[in-house]
Amino acid sequence: MLARTITHALVGLDARKVEVEAHLQNGVPGLAIVGLADRACQEAKHRVRSGIASAELEWPSRRITVNLAPAGLRKEGSGFDLPIALAILAASRQLSPDSLQGHAAVGELALDGRLRPVRGALAAAEGARNAGLKRLVCAAESAAEAALAGVEPIPARHLAEVVSYLKGESDPPPVEHPTKGAPLLSHDLDLGDVRGQERARRALELAAAGGHNLLLAGPPGTGKSMLARRLPGILPPLTAEEALEVTRIYSVAGLLSPDRPLIRRRPFRMPHQSASVAAIVGGGPGPRPGEATLAHHGVLFLDELPEFQRPALEALRQPLEDGLVSIARAEGRALFPARFQLVAAMNMCPCGGRGDPAAECACSAQRLAAFREKLSRALVDRFDLVVAVPRSRAVELAAGTGEPSEAVRARVAAARERIRAGPLPRTRPASQLLDRAVERLPLSGRGRARVARVARTIAALAGVDGVGEEHIAEALAYRSPRELAS
Amino acid sequence: MIVLRRSDPLFPPRLRAIFDPPPALYLRGAGELELLARRAAAVIGARSCSPYGAQVARMLGRELAAAGLVVVSGLARGVDGEAHRGALEAGGVTVAVLGCGIDRDYPASNAQLSRRIEEHGLVVSEYEPGVEPAPWRFPARNRIIAGLCEAVVVVEARERSGALITADFALDEGREVFAVPGEITAGLSMGTNALLKLGATPLTSAQDVLDALGIERREAVEAVNVSPVAARILELVRDAPCGADELTADGMHAAGAISAALTELELAGLVAAADGVYRAVR
Repeated sequence: MLARTITHALVGLDARKVEVEAHLQNGVPGLAIVGLADRACQEAKHRVRSGIASAELEWPSRRITVNLAPAGLRKEGSGFDLPIALAILAASRQLSPDSLQGHAAVGELALDGRLRPVRGALAAAEGARNAGLKRLVCAAESAAEAALAGVEPIPARHLAEVVSYLKGESDPPPVEHPTKGAPLLSHDLDLGDVRGQERARRALELAAAGGHNLLLAGPPGTGKSMLARRLPGILPPLTAEEALEVTRIYSVAGLLSPDRPLIRRRPFRMPHQSASVAAIVGGGPGPRPGEATLAHHGVLFLDELPEFQRPALEALRQPLEDGLVSIARAEGRALFPARFQLVAAMNMCPCGGRGDPAAECACSAQRLAAFREKLSRALVDRFDLVVAVPRSRAVELAAGTGEPSEAVRARVAAARERIRAGPLPRTRPASQLLDRAVERLPLSGRGRARVARVARTIAALAGVDGVGEEHIAEALAYRSPRELAS
Repeated sequence: MIVLRRSDPLFPPRLRAIFDPPPALYLRGAGELELLARRAAAVIGARSCSPYGAQVARMLGRELAAAGLVVVSGLARGVDGEAHRGALEAGGVTVAVLGCGIDRDYPASNAQLSRRIEEHGLVVSEYEPGVEPAPWRFPARNRIIAGLCEAVVVVEARERSGALITADFALDEGREVFAVPGEITAGLSMGTNALLKLGATPLTSAQDVLDALGIERREAVEAVNVSPVAARILELVRDAPCGADELTADGMHAAGAISAALTELELAGLVAAADGVYRAVR
């Protein structure tokens, strides 16, 4: 006797349709799972058997073969438990195979038959929708997430509930469509809390308006990370499409909150400096998204930039250039979107004394050289805005609170609108100034292009129609200084 | 490479006059041999200097070279390198004295600087090709720096610095010794302040050297036209080096306008930035 259920396997962020076939035949009783199932998937045998017994259903004393098709696709994880259990129940005719029509299923079974959520439920639900299936049977915790994809979730807490629903004995509880997601804006991190630091605040605003990458350099304790954390708050909110994209990523990473799954805030990711290449750009045998992808449509903040492993930093060059990460594996390639804004902070020297009038730098030339060696030219080139943040004096701290995020956000939105509207022509004096700067300052061709980009943003923020001399001059102040260049 | 024996009539006369002149000088570079006999001043100091020291060294190199002096230094990192660079900026002639074989570039990080010096100046050593740099060779090198010059300026030096050895040689040979005064609490100024206590001439501008050597300045500094905002900012920066935000705190201008004004001053060569701190150059 044969029966099949439909489920989905994750490949990167995408769901691939997998047919779970169960076949019962005469022979020595036992269960074999075939179809490139990984360890967690193989262990489904034990969970499914206990789960079916706990649901007071019968474990068929037959020879059971479960095939996960397509057989060439590697399957990993525990999400196959539920579809395997349903296929076995249908094959032993404890369920009518027809009752599974139009349903996909995903979920892990506990030994007592309870259903546990698995990561990637949103992607699985989207896969079901694309396969023309109307309903997804899943754990109650995954229901809100699955509803985002536009399929009807069938939330269940226990395998027995699923069976009674499929037999038509009970109706599933209704699921509210989770339009309300997480609160739109965080009120805990406001730019108003930052005192002084006028230049760095200005650079933050420019970064938000023009989507520029920002490098803050200065002695410890000057508020570099405090500023960086406030960048998402002055960016425009995610569009509906972007929100769904980000939510899908977090679903695959298993980071969603069950009751408010839709992510509407721009992500802010701050990996520790010990992060490996795989942690930053993603990896693993069945590739998982890394920090760069988790920061998609948001901000990736690297504190203490030179303390990161050089390979991890170099790996960021591809996403910075193309907005995506491609991870090649023997079975194929996974593409993860990674269009983030990079903000980095660093000391000016290993001891942190540089740029601090109260301290003297005690670094040897060798240590300083090694410190700067970490940052390749190619990486520093990715930062349009480089701002030195020297320690501010007590006078400034006594100054009142700064402008709140809300006011800055309004200006940023207006500037973005202006940039989108069309190119801002450069006036002749502005071009002449730029030429003169290239002659007088150590400024490469790339550096020149960066200055021009930043100047355009400055003009857009000023609300004028052309890039003038004063905009070029200001943009030049944020160029990467000689000290960092080599 | 050229070898200049002590018996050679072109051997620099000032160097021949010291207590223990080297038996021979090895030279490389496109400069004329006679430039070693021209009027010269040395600008020397700490390798790990402060941004302030680096800036003073560069300014002195530039202004002394502009006045027609040959700027002599030791091609080391820090003050020495900046002095050479300043002289090159002014289109002047500069001479680097090595503490190792003439075929070596030491330190390697200044190899490119050494190429630029050779375009119009000279690189000099008393050691034949192949001699390794060694700690005891640098004090000996310093006597040649002092010997080639009429005046020696020490920009920044710690308490036990090689630059002080050079100053000692200069004093022994009756050459002028200048020291740039520094903060009395800064370790990098201990050596220079000690020199001042011993009677070295305090240096507050390149003019002090020119006056002592009886040299007329060739050209007056041309006045540079800057915008009114920039002029006001320049006044503030001249009072004391400061970060951009301390100018903003003045409450007169927006951060963007301050940044633009600072760039204007930088391009005009009136202000230099290091580690986010702006300093007036003159």
